[in-house]
Parts: sequence; structure tokens; C-alpha cells
Amino acid sequence: MVISIASGKGGTGKTTVATNLAVSLGKGVQLLDCDVEEPNAHLFINPVFEKTEVIAASVPEVDEEKCTLCGKCGEICQFKAIVVIGNTVLPFPELCHSCGGCMAVCPEKAIREGERVLGITEAGRRGDLEFAHGRLRVGEAMSPPLIRKVRSLSKSDGITIIDAPPGTSCPVIASIKDADFVLLVTEPTPFGLHDLKLAVGAVRILGIPCGLVINRSDVGDDRVRKYAEEVGLPILMEIPFDRRIAVAYSRGQMLVDVMPEWKEKFLQLYERILTLVNSGKE
Amino acid sequence: MDDKMKELVIISGKGGTGKTSLVAAFASLAGDKVLCDADVDAADLHLIMNPTVKERHDFQSGHDAIINAEKCTQCGLCRELCRWNAIREDFTIDPIDCEGCGVCVYFCPEGAVDFPVKTCGEWYLSDTRFGPMVHARLGIAEENSGKLVTQVRQEAKKLAEAKGLPLILTDGPPGVGCPVIASLGGASAVLIVTEPTVAGRHDMERVAELADFFRVPVMVCVNKADLNADATSDIRRYSEKKGYDFLGTIPFDPVFTKAMVAGQTILEYDTRTEAAEAVRSIWNGLTAKMEM
Repeated sequence: MVISIASGKGGTGKTTVATNLAVSLGKGVQLLDCDVEEPNAHLFINPVFEKTEVIAASVPEVDEEKCTLCGKCGEICQFKAIVVIGNTVLPFPELCHSCGGCMAVCPEKAIREGERVLGITEAGRRGDLEFAHGRLRVGEAMSPPLIRKVRSLSKSDGITIIDAPPGTSCPVIASIKDADFVLLVTEPTPFGLHDLKLAVGAVRILGIPCGLVINRSDVGDDRVRKYAEEVGLPILMEIPFDRRIAVAYSRGQMLVDVMPEWKEKFLQLYERILTLVNSGKE
Repeated sequence: MDDKMKELVIISGKGGTGKTSLVAAFASLAGDKVLCDADVDAADLHLIMNPTVKERHDFQSGHDAIINAEKCTQCGLCRELCRWNAIREDFTIDPIDCEGCGVCVYFCPEGAVDFPVKTCGEWYLSDTRFGPMVHARLGIAEENSGKLVTQVRQEAKKLAEAKGLPLILTDGPPGVGCPVIASLGGASAVLIVTEPTVAGRHDMERVAELADFFRVPVMVCVNKADLNADATSDIRRYSEKKGYDFLGTIPFDPVFTKAMVAGQTILEYDTRTEAAEAVRSIWNGLTAKMEM
């Protein structure tokens, strides 16, 4: 079972929910941090990393001996990542989406697959909990291929919890697609509500069942609750604002370590998710 | 960019540190300027600025590949070539998986794949009580957010030039990926709004490195500073060591949420709070550094 934790707005508590849910469940659980632009879960999990892999995208490398400057590669490329200018062919690897079109179209077989480093994946564990994340190379623009690599580390059995990036565009889609459930985390403020609506839109496009966690549930106003009721979005957990929680978070401490009574609540959260997933299958 | 015209981009790395609330507060302090919301993925600045939209434009970027079933002979070449596994067994294309690379369009022996330009969002020219604003809405689950960021920044620049306004205040996106890269190029300076948490610190280091990479001068301020005074001091030391201008701290204050609920900047909501004073002081430091 794959549960993705997402939110339109950043800083609403995705990582808090993902890490505490994963640690509460413990054995047989895998936590994948797919916020590869700004991965944070490891700061709370403190895993021992056992395996690091450099992840690269395939980009064109031109053999100028073979190239006849016919220009077909530039013609097929939708991303302006390879062009023929005068008597030279210029690849722009940072613009390349790795579609392989230029290699397939080249009549001289003059283009081979080179590499552009996207970042790394690191995998390890904390006790029984398996952990992996990706770190996008600073300066690299494209995160979805690295996110897909992190997701490819998912075990087919057991529970996989995914910490998704904020927003609603391609990196989020890459992090929630084909999940069994999306748990949305928001705060009851106008920004939280506005971005929640976008996130619900994205999840509904993909047809994945979803539920809501309201963090800092006693600040702001009641419009998030009203909206959730209107669109039939079940509220599965509420976490009130508590300065102790904020301070513990600032230090990289887990909520369930500082306030152990929360473990039971995260286990209940999982039971509620399980019920919703199973009722959807019937 | 015009010698006199400056663009300040406010970013954070980590989401939820208070970027947008701070941009809104700055909007009420700055004189003549254009406001620009470059967080097109989850744009929120309009919730405080309450803009009156004057112009609405489609944002078109990229293409959707669509197989024409009448022409398709199901030869399977497209499925073989597609690196996104976007072509289903029944020879329809999953628009979510399709990258718009056009390889199937090019190679289809029957010419059966249509390739219309996609409309993936809208951008707007608006008026607000604090001056003109350029903002956008990216369609849900759409790509090309970086290109839309580039577009709104270009429109903001055009507007500032046309009206002779000396400043563009840009609310940037979280992260370090494509939309952030698109919001940094050519900026006069960035202000990183961080928070004194392990995550805030980790993320500001990465986004500062990105700004260094683009040679954009970095300024730093810490929001919710009193939640962890030690971490705040660490961030200040780190900034000084790296040669970033440390502009100050803002205390944790529920006024941010209250003002947001009221659709106001924190300075409109209550001019006398400690947070309001801190924001004014940061703004003064910032204008001095940017020689505005």
C-alpha cells in the first residue's frame, strides 16, 4: 500500500505527518522522501544510509565525425535542447527531457546517450523503518525523473509512505501518481484553503482517494472545515497548535518521541486510511 | 534591465516560512513598484492584495499528443519509442504521463498523432491598493511552471518600464527546482525568508547556494525567530560567514494568521505589533542595501 502525503501550500506539516506516521507504524514500513528539491524527512529520522546512487538523465552526445549537419535532431526536439547552427551541432543538455527523439531520428547514428547528473538517491534505515530520499543537484531544474527514481525503490509488499513536495505541478504529480491514498495536510488559513483546493483538484484528476489532516487546527478560521464538508473530504486527524510541538520540530525532534501520546493517534490515522482504501475497493 | 530598475525576489527554500505575508507587508511599505507573484504553482499573494484583473491572457506552452483512432493502424511503433510509457495498450495517450516530446508524432507512419498546443494556465495584469500586479494561475497538474514564471517576470518588467516604476517585488516559489531557477535569473537581489528550524536551515542553505550559482546577491531574514533562539543565531552566523546580508529577525506572532484571515497585510491589521516593527526594520535595511 502506497500513501502519499501532499499539500498545495508548503510548510503545513507534510514532513511531520509523514515521519511520525512512518515511525509509529515501524516494522514493514518504508518512508520515501520525494521532496527532492528540499528533502527534510532525514533530519527527523536520522537514518543510517547504506547505499548512495548518482542518478543521471540521458542526454545527446554528438559524434561530429559522423554528423552531416542534416538538422533532423533540431527539428524533432521540442525543447530546443539540440540545434544545428552554421557548421556545428550544439546540444544544450540542461534543456534535454531525455525523450530519445534525436537519437532515434539521426540517419547517421551520430548521437549516443550521454549523461546529465540530476542528483543522488540515498537509502538506509532507522531501526525497523526503511528510508530513502533523493537530493536534486543544486542548479538542476528537472525533479520528476529523480522523484521517479526514488519511487522505484519502493518495495511491492508492506506500507510505503511518500513525503511529496509542495505545489500541484509535475513534481507533485510524480509523487502521488499510482498511490493508493493521498493524505493532504493543510492549515485552516486562507492560504492553506486556497492551496488545498488546488491539491484536491490534482488528486481528483488522478482519481485517487484522499483524506485531510488539519495542522495547527485551532488557528485561523473554519473555512477549511466547511470546504472539506462541502466536497466530501474526510478529516482524519487534527493537530492543534502547541508551542512545544513547534519547538520540538525546530530541533529536529519527532512529535511521537517528545509527546508519546501521539503515537496512538497516528496509528488511528492509519486505521482510518486503511478503512477508506478498503471501502473504495469494494 | 534599466539601470535604475531593480527586482527583489523573495524566496525561502522551505515552504511556509512567511514569504507571501512578508511580500504583502513590503508592498505596503514600498513606494512605486510592480508586484509580481512568481509562485505560479500555488499563488497566494492575491488573497491579500485582492487584485482587480485588468487583462487576462492564456498561457500556452508545450503540446499534447493525441492519437486519431481513425488513422491509427495500431502498428505499435509509438509504444516502442515512447520513453514515458504514456501510450496505453488501446492506443490512447495518458495526458498526465505524456511529456509532449513529439517523438510519436514524428515517427507515426500514418500521421495519426495530432499535436495541438496546450493552454496550461492564465496570467493577469491587475490593479491593487498597492499598485499594479502581475500574477498567474498554472492549470492543475500542468507542466512548464518555469516558463510561466519567466512570462510573469517579463510582463512585470515590461510594465515597470512602461510606467517608469523603479522596483519589482517578486514573490518566489519554494524549492530549488525549475520554477525557482526561472525566478532568479537576472534578479537584482534575493531575500531568503527562513525559520529557525533544522528544515528551514537546511533548505535555506540549498537555495542560497542556487542564488550564488546565479550570482544574485543574497540577503537573509529569520521569521518566527524566538521559536529557537539558538538556531536563529546559527543562521545569522552562517549568513555572515557566507557573506550574505543578515537583515534581522521577526518574532513568532499570531498576527500573521489574523491578518491573512482578514485579507490584510500585517501592517494594515495592526501597525503597533512587534512583528510589524521588525518588518519595517528589515525593509529599511533592505532598501539601504539595494540603494533604493
